[in-house]
Amino acid sequence: MRRTGAQIVWEMLEREGVEVVFGFPGGAIMHTYHPRQEYGIRHILVRHEQCAAHAADGYARASGRVGVAMVTSGPGATNLVTGIATAMMDSSPIVCITGQVPTAVIGSDAFQETDITGVTLPITKHNYLVTDVNDLAYVIHEAFYIARSGRPGPVLIDLPKDVQQAETDFVPPEEEVRLPGYRPVGPGGPEVVRQAADLINDAQRPVILAGHGVLMSGAMETLKTFVKKTETPVALTLLGKGGFPESHPLALGMMGMHGEAFVNQAIQEADLLLAFGMRFDDRVTGKLERYAPQARKVHVDLDAAELNKSVSVDVAILGDLRQVLEQLLPLVEPASHREWLEQIERWRGESQTRDIVNQSDNGHVVAPQVIHALWEATGGEAIVVTDVGQNQMWAAQYYHLDQPHPFITSGGLGTMGFGLPAAIGAQVARPDKEVWAVVGDGGFQMTVHELGTVIQEQLPQRIALFNNNCLGMVRQWQEFFYDRRYESTHLLNPDFVRLVEAYGIRGWRVTEPGDTQQAIAEARSHPGPAFIEFQIVQKGQDGNVYPMVPAGAALHEMIRRPTPAAEAREKQGG
Amino acid sequence: MKSTLIALVEDKPGVLNRVASLFRRRAFNIESLTVGHTEHSGISRMTIVVDSDRTDVQKVAQNLYKLVNVIRVEDVTEQPVVMRDLALIRVRANGSTRSEVMQIVDTFRARVVDVGLETLMVEVTGAEEKIDGLVDVLRPFGVMEMVRTGRVAMVRGTMNQ
Repeated sequence: MRRTGAQIVWEMLEREGVEVVFGFPGGAIMHTYHPRQEYGIRHILVRHEQCAAHAADGYARASGRVGVAMVTSGPGATNLVTGIATAMMDSSPIVCITGQVPTAVIGSDAFQETDITGVTLPITKHNYLVTDVNDLAYVIHEAFYIARSGRPGPVLIDLPKDVQQAETDFVPPEEEVRLPGYRPVGPGGPEVVRQAADLINDAQRPVILAGHGVLMSGAMETLKTFVKKTETPVALTLLGKGGFPESHPLALGMMGMHGEAFVNQAIQEADLLLAFGMRFDDRVTGKLERYAPQARKVHVDLDAAELNKSVSVDVAILGDLRQVLEQLLPLVEPASHREWLEQIERWRGESQTRDIVNQSDNGHVVAPQVIHALWEATGGEAIVVTDVGQNQMWAAQYYHLDQPHPFITSGGLGTMGFGLPAAIGAQVARPDKEVWAVVGDGGFQMTVHELGTVIQEQLPQRIALFNNNCLGMVRQWQEFFYDRRYESTHLLNPDFVRLVEAYGIRGWRVTEPGDTQQAIAEARSHPGPAFIEFQIVQKGQDGNVYPMVPAGAALHEMIRRPTPAAEAREKQGG
Repeated sequence: MKSTLIALVEDKPGVLNRVASLFRRRAFNIESLTVGHTEHSGISRMTIVVDSDRTDVQKVAQNLYKLVNVIRVEDVTEQPVVMRDLALIRVRANGSTRSEVMQIVDTFRARVVDVGLETLMVEVTGAEEKIDGLVDVLRPFGVMEMVRTGRVAMVRGTMNQ
């Protein structure tokens, strides 16, 4: 069966179960684009290559499958870089196929030549430069295997134009991959599991720190069983949301820099931390030297390099979380931690008196109340995809997930502009679901051109924009830590509703808090894509994200939301 | 303290680059790195010397394993090993000093591999300390050029697979 390299690409994508590719054509990849229609694979034309990677990432997270991006050489490939780095930090499985100049001129600074395998070396799980068409089928097969196995991540395949054009006898590669050194999953090991069980059975004040690994290993049900048996409360990381139902009586909520104060308090007072599929990111530990000082620590992760990386632990277990939990379950004794849970409830009660959702209408549209309204309207069942900054933290704090699907957000890299293109990917992956992009006016404008993709693909995308005419999170830091000098954070914005309408998207604008529910209801019942701009204030308790652990502080040393009494005092003092 | 790691890697284009890039990205301090063929075609062997006071050797090994092309990593620091470094040294040696230099070379069980009018090229193999010692003694004569391979290492005794 004679095939060109270009045909082999589609042939192999089909065999790997790919249904859609996000991409942008150009000189060095045109040859691969040419036969696409002969195969049953949809192509979604983005407006900027960065968004092909983000959309593939959003697709991967929403579907649990490998997302695919395809772009040309040189600038097409370099534009992918931010998207690849985002996927790498959040362990998202994507395969990026880049065109490359012909092998004969590689290294000669040919037109649109960039050494993209060199550029992406530190931000891919693995990458390839294919120089022989006979290697191509196997390389694609191996790339998909590497992307999705073990700790998933991005894989890039660089494909010179002559390799796309070359013909060969196509032989489908054997199922088994030839990777003598690749161990996607560690051994676990009965001895360390036994040690962990001993610590668990001894603990009086345990807390589970549930991360992205819960969802990735499919450990949701096993975790619930474990929690029930050991009566251990569960704190979630940002990417851990969805791994454990937030309405569960033993669910605490999000930990970390913008986690709930009582959750951080519980972590700091715990005598045992069970870190399940998380990596002690600096955003969840606060100052390391003062992190959970009384707690012994058990860490389960399938990446050996994460164990004892930033926090040294008493028991480190290398393995798949679900398998490790299954090994642990028979070894742990049923326990009751009434006193500890009551203590946490007292802290929770104190936190709730400061919760802005419970505070009355003061004429401002308040973002947490908007997210709360969105959560109520959608019954918590929408797929929420966020941008980065205040919008991200509000969405994480107030959109509670009970469903075992991910909260799609750029957690590790914090990539502004991620929200809209990743939401497009998620909507393509799950046409049956209501997908909401929650964005701010800063990040939205980094990738706003993808509104064109939404319209061209007729996606029923929902977008909630928080507009405070500034880069809100940076502004918040300036208010708290940089002498209220608002350097380069003010934004002169367009009329966003007119902007989306220019693309053919229906838009609403909310300036009064009383209009929030109505706008959400109308946007939800609108048959096509829908956009709502919420105009919010910049400063004070209505404009900032509370609570907050300042950089360099211990996890429990949070800046709390000023209560009305405290605000009144501040006003009197001038 | 210096620690020695042996890494077996797939002999594929760019593997050395991947290893070097990893060390740079994770800010690992590497004293030396040698690479060469092994008894198996398609597999190369790296000997990596790490300053373990500044870099966590365990972390180096764990991160090396994350590279898809790395097959096996072994920390042989605590094992009985034969460690060798090879140096070529061009030393000034004219008529009046030549015999003295050659005596020193003999004492260190090194060899003269090339003779010029005013110079000798010396080849020496051994532990790094021995080579350092030879270089120290030759320096007063004038060491004009030197190249060292960096450490290679192999565990003593029968190989346990």
